[in-house]
Amino acid sequence: MAAERGIWIGKQLFRMMVLLGAVTVAVFALLSVSPIDPLTANVGQTALGSMSPEQVEKLREYWGTDQPALSRFLAWAGDFIRGDMGTSLLYRRPVKEIIWERFLNSVWLMGSAWVLSGVIGFGLGILAGRKQGGVADRLVTGYCMLIASTPAFWIAMILLLIFAVHLQWLPIGLAVPIGVAAEQVTAADRISHMVLPAAALSLTGISNIAMHTRQKMAEVMESDYVLFARARGETERSIIWRHGIRNVALPALTLQFASISEIFGGSVLVEQVFSYPGLGQTAVTAGLGSDVPLLMGVTVITAAIVFGGNAVANILYGLVDPRMKNRRKKS
Amino acid sequence: MIHRNRREMMVLLAAVSLILLAAVTIAGANVYGDAMVTDFSRKNLPPCLEYPFGTDFMGRDMFVRTIAGLSVSIRLGLVTAAFSAVIAFFMGMAAAVLGKTADGLVSGLIDLMMGIPHILLLILISFACGKGFWGVVIGISMTHWTSLARLIRGEVLQLRESNYMKIAARLGHGKLRTAMVHMTPHLLPQFITGLVLLFPHAILHEASITFLGFGLSPEEPAIGVILSESMKYLVTGEWWLAVFPGVLLVGVVLLFHILGQGVLLILDPERAHE
Repeated sequence: MAAERGIWIGKQLFRMMVLLGAVTVAVFALLSVSPIDPLTANVGQTALGSMSPEQVEKLREYWGTDQPALSRFLAWAGDFIRGDMGTSLLYRRPVKEIIWERFLNSVWLMGSAWVLSGVIGFGLGILAGRKQGGVADRLVTGYCMLIASTPAFWIAMILLLIFAVHLQWLPIGLAVPIGVAAEQVTAADRISHMVLPAAALSLTGISNIAMHTRQKMAEVMESDYVLFARARGETERSIIWRHGIRNVALPALTLQFASISEIFGGSVLVEQVFSYPGLGQTAVTAGLGSDVPLLMGVTVITAAIVFGGNAVANILYGLVDPRMKNRRKKS
Repeated sequence: MIHRNRREMMVLLAAVSLILLAAVTIAGANVYGDAMVTDFSRKNLPPCLEYPFGTDFMGRDMFVRTIAGLSVSIRLGLVTAAFSAVIAFFMGMAAAVLGKTADGLVSGLIDLMMGIPHILLLILISFACGKGFWGVVIGISMTHWTSLARLIRGEVLQLRESNYMKIAARLGHGKLRTAMVHMTPHLLPQFITGLVLLFPHAILHEASITFLGFGLSPEEPAIGVILSESMKYLVTGEWWLAVFPGVLLVGVVLLFHILGQGVLLILDPERAHE
């Protein structure tokens, strides 16, 4: 039994690695078919025009843009495995350093939004699914519908307008105050800069998990065992705790692990609005500035995080749910 | 007094949504030229009766600009959602009909695309297309088919196992005939609903990617451009530049959601009695 479980987990991890490899190839292919010429984008039209053809040729050779895409990819992949992700063209620093720095900023922002949206969304879902068609249900469903129709960046802009510009309770952007030395930045500073972006991300993240939980909860409340529990005289409160939440919590947790991709997608937009120096904003800057090594690095790291979340979700689901165990045996 | 049941109400709502959306689309296409008119004698005006959404730093009427931008967004959404739906149809069909290898390939492709956050994928495709208009169209068309393809695959697999399909095969009906007579009536409602529900996603993603600066060009009165420009004026107090266009965008997307639910209710045979 234990061995079988181990093999299954191994398979999941292997699948994740294969997918990650495929993503790397696909992203590299996308970036290399781009008509945007790396030389023109990074040296500049005028500088390139003032150079002699031999100089341009030399530069081309130096950057390796004259080589076929496949050999460039192999060179990149070889370095990547050894831990070298190249040098950012915009920042003139190793990509690894930039990504690590931005990742540290993002991880707090996304982590808190992930936890908050999960907990609040789950609570709202339980509240709504408890009694379908009730006041709470209508409110929650309406909210989710509204949020699903609202772009994340606009929510961020409205929050910024109200709390930073109008009420001036919180700072307008960035991750640290301007004009303060890095050593003097306090934790309170960091948190106050993170509140609005995290709130915007959480507000948008709630709807998915809430709607899912509501659906499952409603199913549980209509089931025969809840009817029987009612007939036995169990209180509503105990039904929700013992039959509702116990059944709904696991699928919700799984969904939350699988939704890392959406949180990240939202953070790209939200970080852009707040000029928050996280991974998402880095991706936008790299894309706009044609910084291919940086864009490549950010994408691969992001994909690794997302696939990691998905793998955790799959494993969690497969390990704990007895129904999945049977299916696993069959296949 | 008029007392309608839920179904009738929903149909009515869907019809109203459709009319409103059509009105915005047509009106926006007609005022496209007016949206570009600049007049420095009226710049930075707050909302008033003459300019309900105010004017911007170049004296452009924000109401006209917003309507024109929404029209662009809706038309782009229609085109990209239609493309996506066609891709979804073929992918879903291929996965369901062409055997295990094709199925594995399609589901692998879907997993691959789900591994990169949507916005990031759009940035990459936009970059691959050299940014601009085609980057958005290709990007959104290529990334939105996954969920609908899964739905179609599941539906076809289920239909193939159903008894009446097996009986039709035993009766010697040709594959094409069974597909037309028995498959299509079940698939079509799902497909059309899926198509309508793709619009809101397509529109939101178009606005987002344009907002980030990868989409439509800044000269165009697109909703993403309007909102991204308004960012610079949030701090200086021109709040109307951000608030009104955004509210209308949310309104349009909500209308599409309502329309989608209406279509589902009308077409889905399993919910015909509701």
